[in-house]
Amino acid sequence: MSAIRVPVVEKIFSANDRIADENRRLFKQNRVFSINIMASPGAGKTSFILQTIKRLAGEFKIGVIEGDTAPVTIDADKVIAAGMPAVQINTGGECHLDAVMMSEGMNQLQLAELDLVIVENVGNLICPAAFDLGTNINLLVASVPEGDDKPYKYPNIYRGLDVLIINKVDLQPYVQFDMDYFTKGVELLNPGLKTFPVSCRTEEGLEPWIDWIKGQILTASQE
Amino acid sequence: MHELSVTESILNIASEYAQNSGASRVTAINLVIGQLSSIVDDSVSFYWELVAENSICQGAALHFERIAAKLACQDCGMEYTIPERLTPCPRCSSFNTRVVSGEEFYVESIEIEKEVIKST
Repeated sequence: MSAIRVPVVEKIFSANDRIADENRRLFKQNRVFSINIMASPGAGKTSFILQTIKRLAGEFKIGVIEGDTAPVTIDADKVIAAGMPAVQINTGGECHLDAVMMSEGMNQLQLAELDLVIVENVGNLICPAAFDLGTNINLLVASVPEGDDKPYKYPNIYRGLDVLIINKVDLQPYVQFDMDYFTKGVELLNPGLKTFPVSCRTEEGLEPWIDWIKGQILTASQE
Repeated sequence: MHELSVTESILNIASEYAQNSGASRVTAINLVIGQLSSIVDDSVSFYWELVAENSICQGAALHFERIAAKLACQDCGMEYTIPERLTPCPRCSSFNTRVVSGEEFYVESIEIEKEVIKST
């Protein structure tokens, strides 16, 4: 017997990252813009998606991939009721979507006919941050009642973001939420992060987000 | 976090390199894990025995090298390590910082044994 040291230096998520790259290539090939939406449970992911679909449905074809830990179809049903194709991925108790589950969801959508794919990740601020899905952007729906300390407690998810939505701003007078403290934490983790304060209930603040996302979809469709 | 899938990835990577090197068994796996990657060593070790059972890696020891989270201030140049939470620059209080280390998360190397066939 002889003991030998074999150098490896391979990232533990390399298998996921390779499949994510393939997903990215497929989106690009089909000229589809894609968004990975993350949040804690109850932050308003589904409301935000429905508000977004409502405002874009006239101009764009949108598909939705729903990640859920249990085989319930409440969220997917809401999206289908809004007139858009939705596929549900049951993660079988897993705390996040990964690139393989994502690719299975993509296979069930007619990508060539779509302009935008919205992915609703599992409600969780820790695990989804580690798994690249291959979408154009990573978006977090934070919400005022969750508290202003979330960037400090869940730094990883904030560091990987391209867009931050701060939902339920209409509740600010009723809860302890220091917007300045929250924003400082975000700035520390992700300087210059594109941020949209909104309320999906009162619909305030949604227009700037819609204008921005429209621009992104149009750019992706022309590339 | 999701230590089970992480542990399975470690097994896949180690097994692949072991087979390509003609190993008969793997005795140790050296991992480098940054403080910011929020992985719990104990959970990985717990799953490891179950996951590695009946594989070329059965019985291999897991060695964790922890890398501290270090930030560099983009305004005054100060480099500092952080305890648990991210903090602004201790010298000039700037929020304009860059991560120098702490995000590492990889299999650095494996230690293997090869059967030596002696001709008689």
